Amino acid sequence: MRRGTRRRVGLWLGAVLAGTFVTMALLSFVWTPWPYAAMDIAQKLRPPSAAHWLGTDQFGRDVAAQLMVGARTSIAVAIVAVGIGMGAGVPLGLWAAATRGSWIDEVIQRGGDLVFAFPSLVIAILITSVFGPSAVNAILAIGIFNIPVFARVTRGGALSLWTLDYIRAARLAGKRGARISVEHILPNVANLLIVQGTIQFSLGILAEAGLSYVGLGAQPPTPSWGRMLADSQTLMGLAPQLALFPGLAIVLTVLGLNLLGDGLRDLMDPRLRRQA
Amino acid sequence: MTLLSVRDLSVAIHGRPVLNRVSFDLAPGEVFGLVGESGSGKSMTALALMGLLPHGAEVGGQATLAGTGLIGLPERRMCGLRGREIGLIFQEPMTALNPMKTIGDQVAETLLIHGAASRGEALRVARQRLDRVGLAGERFPLERFPHELSGGQRQRVCIAMAIALRPKLLIADEPTTALDVTTQAQILDLLRGLVAEEGMGLMLITHDLAVVAGLATHVAVMQAGRIVEAGPTETVFRTRADAYTRALFAAAHHVPRRTPRIGSAPMLTVDRALRRYPLARRPFAPPRFFDAVKAVSLRLNKGESLGLVGESGSGKSTLARAVLGLDPLQGGAIRLFGEHPVGPRMPDTLRAGLQAVFQDPYGSFNPRWRVARLVAEPFHLLPAPPADAAERVSAALTDVGLRPEDGERFIHEFSGGQRQRIAIARALITRPEVIVLDEAVSALDVRVRAQILDLLCDLQDRHGLSYLFISHDLSVVRAITDRVLVMQAGEIVEEGPTDRVLDAPEHPYTRDLVAATPKIPPGWMEDDDAA
Repeated sequence: MRRGTRRRVGLWLGAVLAGTFVTMALLSFVWTPWPYAAMDIAQKLRPPSAAHWLGTDQFGRDVAAQLMVGARTSIAVAIVAVGIGMGAGVPLGLWAAATRGSWIDEVIQRGGDLVFAFPSLVIAILITSVFGPSAVNAILAIGIFNIPVFARVTRGGALSLWTLDYIRAARLAGKRGARISVEHILPNVANLLIVQGTIQFSLGILAEAGLSYVGLGAQPPTPSWGRMLADSQTLMGLAPQLALFPGLAIVLTVLGLNLLGDGLRDLMDPRLRRQA
Repeated sequence: MTLLSVRDLSVAIHGRPVLNRVSFDLAPGEVFGLVGESGSGKSMTALALMGLLPHGAEVGGQATLAGTGLIGLPERRMCGLRGREIGLIFQEPMTALNPMKTIGDQVAETLLIHGAASRGEALRVARQRLDRVGLAGERFPLERFPHELSGGQRQRVCIAMAIALRPKLLIADEPTTALDVTTQAQILDLLRGLVAEEGMGLMLITHDLAVVAGLATHVAVMQAGRIVEAGPTETVFRTRADAYTRALFAAAHHVPRRTPRIGSAPMLTVDRALRRYPLARRPFAPPRFFDAVKAVSLRLNKGESLGLVGESGSGKSTLARAVLGLDPLQGGAIRLFGEHPVGPRMPDTLRAGLQAVFQDPYGSFNPRWRVARLVAEPFHLLPAPPADAAERVSAALTDVGLRPEDGERFIHEFSGGQRQRIAIARALITRPEVIVLDEAVSALDVRVRAQILDLLCDLQDRHGLSYLFISHDLSVVRAITDRVLVMQAGEIVEEGPTDRVLDAPEHPYTRDLVAATPKIPPGWMEDDDAA
């Protein structure tokens, strides 16, 4: 009973945190406290006040407005990157598990190893420096590295399911590999995928922040949490809050997503649902 | 003189009572059997004595081991007792050993933890103890790893660990349940010898009445956390004063009422079936193979129950998968209804005539589907789902003793026996004529098993089904089959009417198998035999 309640608290806390940032991102399309790119050098490096809730940066731009629009960038990059990873990785993983031991399985796995063999952030830097720094290239770079992650998680979870008697029963019911994968395997690895999805989502946010930090992500004037951190670095002594707010935004979003993922996994499992 | 004295031991976990005033005594050199069905509190009693209860458990009552109170003992003192005064043997020898450490190190570890010996001394004792449990030094050096040993040999290592420090009390929790009958007989012999020679007290926890009858001097029957009847083994078996004991004992050798109507039409014929696996190839060496099923032939007639018995690794389950058309054959042929070949590519309409029930009631169902959808899954074999699909699902559920409303529920809401009923309903939904029952009652408690056997016989009578009944349990095979095949190392070594094969076995392997099966001594259950 107590465990059930605690799970619920995590789920709600996660939902509130993640929901806040999604709301901020959506709200930024119609309203921000100030125009996010409006500079006002006279008002630069102000601490938080009634006019500028989270203060202003070195160009006098409103930090709150930048954070809101930055959330948009982070969330968009992470969603598409996880989408690419799941969209290609999950079918590949299911296919590999369904043909376990065959050459198809081998090719899929070794292909994943090949991608894993390169350090992801270095390749992302390579891609963005060859094709030019932009949010789209950052998304692609992060997304490609998500594919083998999801393929492996899916295959691993699916392999243990393929030995179960209900899969044998489904084969006795005349069902082939593809159908069994979709009907029986996918719903039962979904909890793994949700958890992995939220982890990759937070890693995506961090990767985007990292790429933007070194100047290879979203380009000015598009705000990004990572670049806000990078810009604040030299001003640490003068205005530490400039590093604090985007840093907090990243930490709280990642935390919220992880809590949300754990909670959703428990909620989706009919065996746990009753107790929760 | 008593070694272990338990008085009014009660345990509640998160306020839910699991043990209710359990009391018993155990003398040195005595075997005390604790029998009951799953969930009756047998294992919980052992855990309470070892101080290994899960979090949230509240313990009441008293237990003293050679004058030391066990209940409420601080964890540090309890650690000093575990292994030194109390040894524990688990059910599953495959997972009870650490695969990364040699057997010598694992047996010596008990001595080292208790500071009873230096490393060299501990290894010397480990050698002695392994010799004692029948793992002699020349074949089983201390440097062996668990994966190099069979299940029975691993259980011997576990026993050597448990007796390393010559504890006064040995607790064995289903020590032979995971083992084959011939191995089981050897392990039981070993335990019997240890108790007699070393003067230990053995607390034997099991669901198997025949094992208790052959080993225990005293026995207690547990139900729902209570001891309902206790006493000297023979007295308990003969009198059976409590209603639950009577029901349990009756179920243990329950024989369902059968009126077999065996036709002459062949339903399933297996002709010299060969199932061959390639082994790992070594470079420049010719490919090597392992034949799990070697030229096996059998014939199942209309309305017949055919038993297939054998120990693990004999090829029973491999043959079952081939018979179900899940795996291809490398030689020979399997035919359904005398003419249609069975295999992975057999047409769906043919598959509808051949269904199966598997062993594990917990792994046989997709946990995310409702029962009605689970039962209806084989409709996939028909060209189109039948118009009366919902009615047929309801009828199938009613057929196996469940209610049509149960279709709306999820599988985790059902007990093991109910799940096996659902598995039978699923197997029946396409109105097949042949059902393969692969250890279908092996995981069930005796009373539930008796009910499922009754159900299977009843369904056979009503629908004229033919069963291929695969099991390692000779008593179940005797109760339900007309003919039996005995399988060893991929071959059928003996075949004939069930009573003849089990009463007067001809092949040495069958004789070993029958002799090794624990039996309740004749005469102990007299009034039941008469009934």
